[in-house]
Amino acid sequence: MTLWFVFAIMTAVAIFAVLWPLGQSAGVRNDASEATVYKDQLSEIDRDLAAGLIAAPEADAARVEISRRLLSAADHQRASPTASSVRIRRIAATVALVGLPALSMALYLPLGSPGLRDFPLADRTGTPSGSESLDNLVAQVEKHLEKNPTDGRGWNVLAPVLMRLGRYDDAARAVRNSITYSGDSSDRRADLGEALTGAAGGVVTAEAKTEFERAIALNADEVKARYFLGLAAEQDGRPEEAAARWRAMLAKAPPNAPWRPLAQAALVRVGGSVMPALPDGAMASAKDMSEADRAKMIHTMVDRLASRLKQDGGDVEGWLRLVRAYMVMGDRDKAKNAQTEAREAVANDTERLRQLNEGLKNLGLDG
Amino acid sequence: MIAEAGHYALVLALGLALIQSTVPILGARWGDAALMNVARSTALAQLVFTLASFLALITLHVTSDFSVVNVFENSHSMKPLIYKITGVWGNHEGSMLLWVSILALFGGLVAAFGNNLPLSLRAHVLAVQAWVASAFYLFILMTSNPFLRIINPPLEGRDLNPVLQDPGLAVHPPMLYLGYVGFSISFSFAIAALLEGRIDAAWARWVRPWTLLAWIFLTLGIAMGSYWAYYELGWGGWWFWDPVENASLMPWLAGTALLHSAVVMEKRNALKVWTILLSILTFSLSLLGTFLVRSGVLTSVHAFASDPKRGVFILLILCIFIGGSLTLYAWRASALKQGGLFAPISREGALVLNNLFLTTACATVFVGTLYPLALEVTTGQKISVGAPFFNLTFAPLFVPLMLAVPFGPLLAWKRGDLLGAAQRLFAAGVAALVAIAVLWAWTWGGSTLAPLAIGLAVFVVAGALSDLAERTGLFRVPFGTAVRRARGLPRSSWGTVFAHAGVGIALMGIVCETTWNSEYIGSMKTNDVAHVAGYALKFDGLTQRQGPNFQEVAAQFEVSLDGKWLSTMKPSKRSFTTRGSTITEAALLTRGASQLYISLGDIAADGTIAVRIYHKPMVLLIWFGPVLMAFGGMLSLSDRRLRVGAPKPARVPRSLQPAE
Repeated sequence: MTLWFVFAIMTAVAIFAVLWPLGQSAGVRNDASEATVYKDQLSEIDRDLAAGLIAAPEADAARVEISRRLLSAADHQRASPTASSVRIRRIAATVALVGLPALSMALYLPLGSPGLRDFPLADRTGTPSGSESLDNLVAQVEKHLEKNPTDGRGWNVLAPVLMRLGRYDDAARAVRNSITYSGDSSDRRADLGEALTGAAGGVVTAEAKTEFERAIALNADEVKARYFLGLAAEQDGRPEEAAARWRAMLAKAPPNAPWRPLAQAALVRVGGSVMPALPDGAMASAKDMSEADRAKMIHTMVDRLASRLKQDGGDVEGWLRLVRAYMVMGDRDKAKNAQTEAREAVANDTERLRQLNEGLKNLGLDG
Repeated sequence: MIAEAGHYALVLALGLALIQSTVPILGARWGDAALMNVARSTALAQLVFTLASFLALITLHVTSDFSVVNVFENSHSMKPLIYKITGVWGNHEGSMLLWVSILALFGGLVAAFGNNLPLSLRAHVLAVQAWVASAFYLFILMTSNPFLRIINPPLEGRDLNPVLQDPGLAVHPPMLYLGYVGFSISFSFAIAALLEGRIDAAWARWVRPWTLLAWIFLTLGIAMGSYWAYYELGWGGWWFWDPVENASLMPWLAGTALLHSAVVMEKRNALKVWTILLSILTFSLSLLGTFLVRSGVLTSVHAFASDPKRGVFILLILCIFIGGSLTLYAWRASALKQGGLFAPISREGALVLNNLFLTTACATVFVGTLYPLALEVTTGQKISVGAPFFNLTFAPLFVPLMLAVPFGPLLAWKRGDLLGAAQRLFAAGVAALVAIAVLWAWTWGGSTLAPLAIGLAVFVVAGALSDLAERTGLFRVPFGTAVRRARGLPRSSWGTVFAHAGVGIALMGIVCETTWNSEYIGSMKTNDVAHVAGYALKFDGLTQRQGPNFQEVAAQFEVSLDGKWLSTMKPSKRSFTTRGSTITEAALLTRGASQLYISLGDIAADGTIAVRIYHKPMVLLIWFGPVLMAFGGMLSLSDRRLRVGAPKPARVPRSLQPAE
């Protein structure tokens, strides 16, 4: 609300800047003209002559020239401004009063984000210098490891933090060290691949791919490696292979696996379709149904979810599930609608709005 | 709220600029004082809102508000405060905001201090200023908005390009923009004159301070940029004939020509139409420079094509303003009255010569900069026009110009006496010949051209001093009288002396540095000693240090001359983790006007370092010259007196013909 109040004051100041001269009586005179300059030049000659900077004949010649300019300026005197016509002033005032706010709003509203407050860093972290202390901790651990580079456990702790901070090159180095000093394992190989991918800006490079393949060789069920190999296939232009990999992952996955949405979204992205996640009980009963019955059951469940959310709009998880379900069913329009409704439903609660937007972004819909 | 308020302030500034660009012109058409006065208050209000917007962006950078895309992409919470502030204009969006802020600043200054202008002229000038401003506000809001937000702000930003994390960024771009944008005022005055259809000596009097101000800032901005490149890029070069540098040199050359032709116009009411054209061209070149630097066309024609929105928008602005103003010029210039007459050998004639050389030099830079671009667009062929082209074209143009510089101020207005001027320059000529002879003897067998070039530089400096001696009557009248006369001399004359001497001094620096610099390039182990120009530099080993947002490896060198210890130099390499890049920090040791320069190359695992060590004799003169020029400009600017060019009367009084 304060923001709109500030906008109103700013607009008022701008309008006032236009109206103020229009309201002045025409008494404000401005008699500056070319002639003034030439008169000053004439007196300058006298001063230069007195100071001995120019000789008398030159001064005379200059006087003649400038007087000629003065005469010509007087001939071409500008028409002195007339008193203002009230009608014109009124039109100008109306333009300012109506046009300025209208134009500003027409430009600002599509460009600006009036609903978004400021996020200065100091206010955002719990402690006054939260991020600083994290960085300090990292620096301390790094210093410790510089002295004791064989401390495998230290590298284990440091690697994921570096990854979070986006320092992928350092993270890759850390994982390599942790493999060297505390042993090879499938998840470390997968982490290394992930760090290399991050360092390459999200592209699964050949080097990264080798690491993922090693991880799978160590443990065929290494989820991260399998996901990234799918991604590699997608980036290499083989969406069918990617879809097959992800589908296989999902088929084996426990129903509450945290990475399920990610894999599903990836699958949707490459055009594969997947059954929406069902509650455990429903899953069991759906197993015995025919294809048509199963589809019907899913539709009923989705509709039920939709109508529940219409009454209780605060359930962010529910909204995300609904949008995901629509996308999986191939109904993009409904997914979009649900997205809009969800935003409206949680619009008053910034925290939930944030969660929602994050979730939607993960689903591959625009944030 | 700060982000949104800043954004809204920018939108309001656009609204005000649109009103300012129309209402005052209509007012001038109808002779309505109230409407014309709208220009003044809107220009001031526009300044307030644009500054508010700029301050808002600075605040956002200082508080590390990463919900703003611009802050996220170019800042980092651990950056030192000064780089948080300078980082505001270390990126495209922010630098465009600085551009319009300075434009608004100049508009506001004209509004605040333009009381000596006729009402309708001021209305026209401010309206034209607002046309430019509106175009750039729209450009910023539509294609380069610095106030766009991120709904889920990240916790850390991507940091500023490490090369830009230097105090140079605090000074160079604002100076350069003050210069570039300052020429918008002379442009606005020129367009206003064409619109009003009247132009005379008074016009030049009114534009003078603005042109001078812009020229001073541009001179300092270019010199500053050159020094920055010299110590930051680690190659020891100070001018690369790089398109970005050329983009700033072109307006400077045209602006210098404008400065001189405006003098003729103010003092003698001549060269009016030419001065108007130069005003238009100078600002057009400033716009062109902005286009070249900001559109991405320089990195590659293809980079421009892949994200064409910005480039095409600026190109459109460029076409509208340059095309429009030149069309207006072609249409209206013939209606302007020609002014005073003068003989070819006269102060006016000398200034025309100056203008010819400067504009030709400007044209060669223009061709050298744009020809490769045009070729790449039409045939896809990539060529680079570098130093050889510019050295070959620039030198022949600047040698005669330099020879002529001392003559100009010694010639009388309207009809001059070349022989007399030459006689008065006798002492300067002798000084130059002595310098040449001495240098030749000293560097026997070395470069033939260098002593000649130094002689030319000495001639320019001595010529400037003889002008001073001539005016004060030094050596002819008692010393006390000369001092009194010197004190009574207009400050603008002092300005001329300093500015012209500055040109000579810069030339001296350039010749010395390029001819007699010596270098050592190689790899060194700890305790190795390198010998450069008589100095012995002993490498003492490497040290490590943690900076605020970088890690630094510094090499320590003990410098001694003839076995006597002088100083310690510490060149270093800094790695910035966030951007994952490494930059070299050169170490400089100043001895008089000369410098020792060490820049580090690769550091091998066994502690061997690759180094480049240069000895650059008299290199500081290259930048001291422009500083002197700018100082001369400031003296001239501080001279509020009116300028009168008293013509030399002809010997036969009857031939005193009308000057118009």
